[in-house]
Amino acid sequence: MTTAATADRAATAAPAVSVRQVSKTFSGRKGQAVTALQDVDLEVAPGEFVSLIGPSGCGKSTLLRVIANLLEPTAGSVEVFGKAADQARRDQDYGIAFQQAGLLPWRTVSANIELPLELHGVGKAKRRARALELLEMVGLADFADHRPDQLSGGMQQRVAIARSLAESPQLLLMDEPFGALDEMTREYMQVELVRICRETGAAVVFVTHSIPESVYLSDRVVVMSPRPGRITEVIDIGLGDRTESLREADTFFTRVTEVREALRGPHAAAQALGVEAR
Amino acid sequence: MNSARERAIRIGAPLVVGALFLFAWEMFVVVRHIAPYVLPKPTAIWEQTLKFFGDIWESFLYSGGNTLAGLLIGALLGVALAIVASRTPFVEQLLSPMAAAVAAMPIVALAPVFNTMFTSTSTTPRRLIVIIVVFFPMFINTVRGLRQVDPIHNELMTSYAATGWQLTRAVRLPGALPFICSGLRISSSLAVIAAVVAEYFGGTQNGLGSRITSAAANTAYARAWGYVVASVVLGLLFYLAALLFERIVMPWQRTAAL
Amino acid sequence: MSVRTQQRPKVSSDEPDVVKVGRTIAAGARLRPIAMSLLAIAIVIVVWELYKVVGPEDGGEYFGMRLLPRADDVSMPHIWSIFERYWQPDVDVAGGSTVAVAVLQGMAFSLGVAGLGWLIGVVVGLGLAILMQRFRTAESGLLPYVVLSQTVPLVALAPLVVGWGGQLKFFGRPWEPWMSVAMISAYLAFFPVAVGVLRGLQSPAATQVELMRAYAASWWKTLVRLRLPASVPYLLPSLRLAAAAAIIGAIVAEISTGTKGGIGRLIIDYAQAATGDPPKPYTAILGAAVLGLVASALVGFIELALRRYRPVEARG
Repeated sequence: MTTAATADRAATAAPAVSVRQVSKTFSGRKGQAVTALQDVDLEVAPGEFVSLIGPSGCGKSTLLRVIANLLEPTAGSVEVFGKAADQARRDQDYGIAFQQAGLLPWRTVSANIELPLELHGVGKAKRRARALELLEMVGLADFADHRPDQLSGGMQQRVAIARSLAESPQLLLMDEPFGALDEMTREYMQVELVRICRETGAAVVFVTHSIPESVYLSDRVVVMSPRPGRITEVIDIGLGDRTESLREADTFFTRVTEVREALRGPHAAAQALGVEAR
Repeated sequence: MNSARERAIRIGAPLVVGALFLFAWEMFVVVRHIAPYVLPKPTAIWEQTLKFFGDIWESFLYSGGNTLAGLLIGALLGVALAIVASRTPFVEQLLSPMAAAVAAMPIVALAPVFNTMFTSTSTTPRRLIVIIVVFFPMFINTVRGLRQVDPIHNELMTSYAATGWQLTRAVRLPGALPFICSGLRISSSLAVIAAVVAEYFGGTQNGLGSRITSAAANTAYARAWGYVVASVVLGLLFYLAALLFERIVMPWQRTAAL
Repeated sequence: MSVRTQQRPKVSSDEPDVVKVGRTIAAGARLRPIAMSLLAIAIVIVVWELYKVVGPEDGGEYFGMRLLPRADDVSMPHIWSIFERYWQPDVDVAGGSTVAVAVLQGMAFSLGVAGLGWLIGVVVGLGLAILMQRFRTAESGLLPYVVLSQTVPLVALAPLVVGWGGQLKFFGRPWEPWMSVAMISAYLAFFPVAVGVLRGLQSPAATQVELMRAYAASWWKTLVRLRLPASVPYLLPSLRLAAAAAIIGAIVAEISTGTKGGIGRLIIDYAQAATGDPPKPYTAILGAAVLGLVASALVGFIELALRRYRPVEARG
């Protein structure tokens, strides 16, 4: 299945994600509609790393879920590698990770990574081999047969990332995957993610609250604002190689300032209060 | 810092309380000259238990067999119907109010009519009582457990384009296990009580409940207490079995004994 | 491939299926559960009558076990004949009261005894819970026995309590059989209260307890201001469980002690008349079922009264 998907992807060379004029309204409690997304356009090239940043309620998580086809847009179209979003979901063209690792506590670490493969009929030996390979990649090879509750938060999140890579997707959708981690673990995980992306060549759509995180990881940062949720600015980062010293570099801080100002933007400063200033 | 001491208290305190209770009981009966038909001495009960051990063992097996059969069938039915209910809202809406109502009703009262319906000499009426008593808590608990799905697991399974049955098998059912286990813990005790009490309503005379009544009717009170002790042991056995089951099927969760 | 395209659980991020279903019911009609209950009752009646038509008169025995009930009128009387029976005289004496009156009287008696048992059970349960919360050693020593008391069929004692009748004095008054019934009822009722309230008393978060400690509040003040209010949400379902347990306890105790006057005794009496008067036992059994619901509803009123005092924080 995945090889077939790779083949037609190569043939069309379609963008990893193509969101056109997407709107999403939720019906609120007393009948009034809440516009979570309005007329959003976004294109992500294969292999590109794009962060979505903005204050709470700006619709960044909704946008991610619309791309993942976990939510149906009210208007507009979403394509993933040139396919309709629900077809892409059924073909497992993307992997997904959330703020909580969301591991199944009754399965071992390895069995958690094998879950998507198991659901799609991959043989036992094959999926075990794949799980071990991925655990190697995230540096948890020794923990294959541990239970999730025996792992720290950071380790659990690495397992979740390994799981999202199980079907070798060329697109990763990540919803604040490091949001619940402490700052030190967080920076370490960022370095790991950059390495994994380099190794797999996958495109990433990354939702975050953290300005430095978005700058450090991304090729482009998409700034969003709430009521109604929309894209207000797209900033090219173009910092080249992600090394530890990059975090201290002047160019890094220039971009951080740029994103911060974009977030304040012409809109009320109060709206930006939801963003962590780190 | 005092974990060793704490464990000593946790295990020791109940033992001390139990021993004190038995001693106080014995002393109370001896000192106050309580007649055996009011309350026999623990030592007298022990004597009778040893003396009639063969009979007690036989009725223990009979009542235990009814309990086990009823518990297994009732629990399996409860879980199976809960799975059906979790996937068909109509069944859920039909069974849930019924389950809530039945929980407030004394099921053992059905024993006499079951005796006429299924012949009082067969084991069916008693087992049926146990099945009904077990079914409803199992059903209610399992439905509740199947409902409690972590939203993330739900999204994850949707992103895998999992089928409804795959979701039930991989996420809902294992996630419901803590609820199923606590239902089983409650039911295991209820099942023993139901099996013993159902025998008070007539029928064959070979179970613990019937033996308690007939021994009491023959003024053999200490022997009746011996059968009571046996039913206490039976209740404990099923409770411990339920705890053990919990440990085996949920190694990832160490729940307290309560 | 084909398997994957089958029905898939389609869930929105912030609204799982179940929540949606729940909301539509609440918004759609409060009457829905009532309608569904009536439908359930109707189904039971239809199945019952249908089985009387197709079922074997003498039941069925398969694999050496009685699996099918007898469909004859003695074992399974027509539903309407049960309801007709309520309006006919209890015993065949001219001018005697109807079965309905007898059943109602039995229900009232049992409700009274079970109510007393419930009250004693609640008081004892509350006391035990507070004791166990106050002293860790009491918790370690008692809690296993509290749990044990319910895992073992101590109701089995009921026939033995008969021996107490007339032998004991209770504050100078003779020990009456109904007192034994109330005691067994209380014995079954105290457990849910003890365990539920203990959990409630222990429910305040560590930060809340630390806050009280920072205010140098005494144990008593902490109990009154923090722990008791916090245990209200736990108390309410416990009271309901205790009510159901008290009713069951009263009925079983009446049967096994042979206490006259209650619905439990009626069940036995009427069961003995079953061969000549098949619908009769069902009238008493239905009465017992309704009694269970009545007790549960009465506790519901207590819940309504207490809900006003239910602190909002305690729910969080």
